[in-house]
Amino acid sequence: MNLRKMQTGQSGIIASVKIGGSLGLRMREMGLVPGTEITVTGRAPLYDPVKLRIHGQTLTLRNSEADYIEVDIKVETDSVEGKD
Amino acid sequence: MVDAVHVALAGNPNAGKTTLFNYLTGARQHVGNYPGVTVEKKEGGYLYEGQKIRIVDLPGTYSLTAYSVEELVARDYLVNEQPDVVVNIVDASNLERNLYLSCQFLELGVPLVIALNMIDVAEKRGIRIDTEKLSLLTGVPVVPIIARTGKGVEKLLETVQAVSRADARPQTLIRYGVDIDEALRELVPVIEKHELLIETYPASWTALKILENDEQVVAKIMLKNMDIGQRLIDRSEVLARHLQDTLEAYPETVIADHRYGFVRSILRQGEVTRVTEQDRLYASEQIDKVVTNRVVGPLLMAAVLLGLYSFTFSWSGFLVDWLGMFFDLLGGLTETILPDGPVKSMIVSGVIDGVGGVLGFVPIIMFMFFGIAVLEDSGYLARVAFMMDKIFHFFGLHGSSVMPFIISGGIAGGCAVPGVLAARTLRSPKERMATLLTVPFMNCGAKLPVLTLIIAAFFPNHQARYMFLATLIAWLVALMAAKFLRMTLLRGESTPFVMELPPYRVPTGKGLLIHTWERTWQYVKKAGTVILGISILLWAMMTYPGLPSEKVAEFEAMRQQVAASGSTDGTTALLRIDQLEAGVGLRHSIAGRMGMALEPISRFAGFDWRTNIALVGGFAAKEVIVSTLGTAYSLGAVDSENTTSLKDRLAGDRHWNPIAALAFLAFIMFYSPCFVTVVAIAKEAGSWKWAFFSMGFNTIFAFGMAVGIFQLGTLLGLG
Repeated sequence: MNLRKMQTGQSGIIASVKIGGSLGLRMREMGLVPGTEITVTGRAPLYDPVKLRIHGQTLTLRNSEADYIEVDIKVETDSVEGKD
Repeated sequence: MVDAVHVALAGNPNAGKTTLFNYLTGARQHVGNYPGVTVEKKEGGYLYEGQKIRIVDLPGTYSLTAYSVEELVARDYLVNEQPDVVVNIVDASNLERNLYLSCQFLELGVPLVIALNMIDVAEKRGIRIDTEKLSLLTGVPVVPIIARTGKGVEKLLETVQAVSRADARPQTLIRYGVDIDEALRELVPVIEKHELLIETYPASWTALKILENDEQVVAKIMLKNMDIGQRLIDRSEVLARHLQDTLEAYPETVIADHRYGFVRSILRQGEVTRVTEQDRLYASEQIDKVVTNRVVGPLLMAAVLLGLYSFTFSWSGFLVDWLGMFFDLLGGLTETILPDGPVKSMIVSGVIDGVGGVLGFVPIIMFMFFGIAVLEDSGYLARVAFMMDKIFHFFGLHGSSVMPFIISGGIAGGCAVPGVLAARTLRSPKERMATLLTVPFMNCGAKLPVLTLIIAAFFPNHQARYMFLATLIAWLVALMAAKFLRMTLLRGESTPFVMELPPYRVPTGKGLLIHTWERTWQYVKKAGTVILGISILLWAMMTYPGLPSEKVAEFEAMRQQVAASGSTDGTTALLRIDQLEAGVGLRHSIAGRMGMALEPISRFAGFDWRTNIALVGGFAAKEVIVSTLGTAYSLGAVDSENTTSLKDRLAGDRHWNPIAALAFLAFIMFYSPCFVTVVAIAKEAGSWKWAFFSMGFNTIFAFGMAVGIFQLGTLLGLG
């Protein structure tokens, strides 16, 4: 699932970060690398940027930047949402 | 005694670098700039067992790429200055990201010691670290410390000492995957053979940077040897194409991912337990749920900013009054002690009035800085950036522009000089430039006294409302100007908002006091030096050339006449003559002539020549507007009977009315930044072109606005 589409409270493992250049490096140096667990902890009042928990710290990024990140959503045991 | 051991502190922002630095050096610090750039350089020293240690606090970075000034400064320092030991402060509760930077120090081959900071916080979170294992796997000494309390620092110093004597450089153990490793194996011998940059960088590092397409390193190589450089780049491009075909990835990202792989393999072996990884909701997240809530967040933000207002203006009131009384007293005292003449005139009108006018507002500024320090140190300011980014991004800026804007006076009372400097944290040159050029529109602490004076004189019943309105308008104008610049002169892509929100902290009293004191002192220093000089210069401009002797004789004759008539209200008559003489004198002076010469133009905005003099003075520093107006209206009128403040003088003057006052307010808010800011912009922008642009653009814009207000207001008969 694309990170932009994730709901607050949803968790998952980063599957891919499809961007290079300075933005790609910036994401990596802040810890956004495949295999890392992230949880969406909230969004700004205007719905952008998004706030993540990663490695026990809080990170922010814009929706347009979240677009490059694909996440494997952790299936909650009590969740019935089987879409995507 | 041997030479001082040279130690550099490096690490992520918020990892505790500064805490350790302060702990080690205490008050023995020297703050300066790195040559050529405006990144702050902190240096200090301490003694360890009789050995002198020189310690440098490098800027906090997450990486060592060529993408930001801080990172370039940090890595240039490491290679050019070659410190004996590099202490890498690592936040133990966030090892993964912190060790990513450590990897790059290992690649660079600097003599490294890892200081594992905040080991107590990590333990509280259930992270237990086997430091010996970590040391074994990284190949460098690892010392757990708590910089806040100083625990473990003794051991750290001992290790630093040992490393400085050993003179051993760590070897990088990181592998980057088959393709990149192969490319490295080909590049390194070429670099070594042609001795490219080997005096500063290890060949393996240079090779890695070529593959990462690092602008700085590639440029340096091309400068050294164009042919070989091109050969290396060609090889790097082959690799890039190959990675793109097979992995759909760029070399630099593959390298970054492998660094993380290395870090993870270390952590798997070295980090013993991680107990409560799931559902570890920190207090910060709970607070954020309320503070950045869609509805509550913005309301709270508005309330906080308004609260800061009341705090600054109401609570500082008594101090402002005290200072005002003190300067009145000082003026009165000087008046009686000194004999009449130019010296007395200079001290009373130039020095005491000028400096008093500025220092009188120190309490306001102090309270304001204290409030900002609370927001900053608690972590709330970062949330403001988070909540505001959508809006700032819309205007072509960045959420981080909030900081420079607020420091410059987004919450009225900052200063554009530190505001301009704060724009350094912005990565994209275009957003940075747009921020640099628009922050001077904010209501800085120096404009405050002028705004306060005019508002108090003409709109005494709505002071708080007008101040608030002035702030809103400043924001609006600055943002529109930024958008305009980003659509025209500064078109280009936006910078990522990938940043860390620091956890909420209860600010320490010491930290708050240091912040408040530093910034207030900066203001006072400016007031004490620049303003004093300018104030005296302006006094001279307003005094010389003096009236021709026949004019003076004329006034003297008038005085004789009054004295001879012996009328009862002789004092009043004499005072009148004094004021008249002063008025004529001022008009005769250099400043008066300048003001008069400008009057035909400034008239359209409702400014008379006195106002013009003050505005010209305001280019030196905005607070000078007050002292100049003060001097312009009090010169000669130095009667003890006359205690009416400048405010009442203006309110009663026939040249002034509410509409003229509004036009004046608009002009002051938006015209050319003071010369200190202009110099700062020139330095930060790297060229005087932008500094002159900001002077011209702002002045023309402000004048247009003032003319608009005055003409419209007069037309509607509001004056």
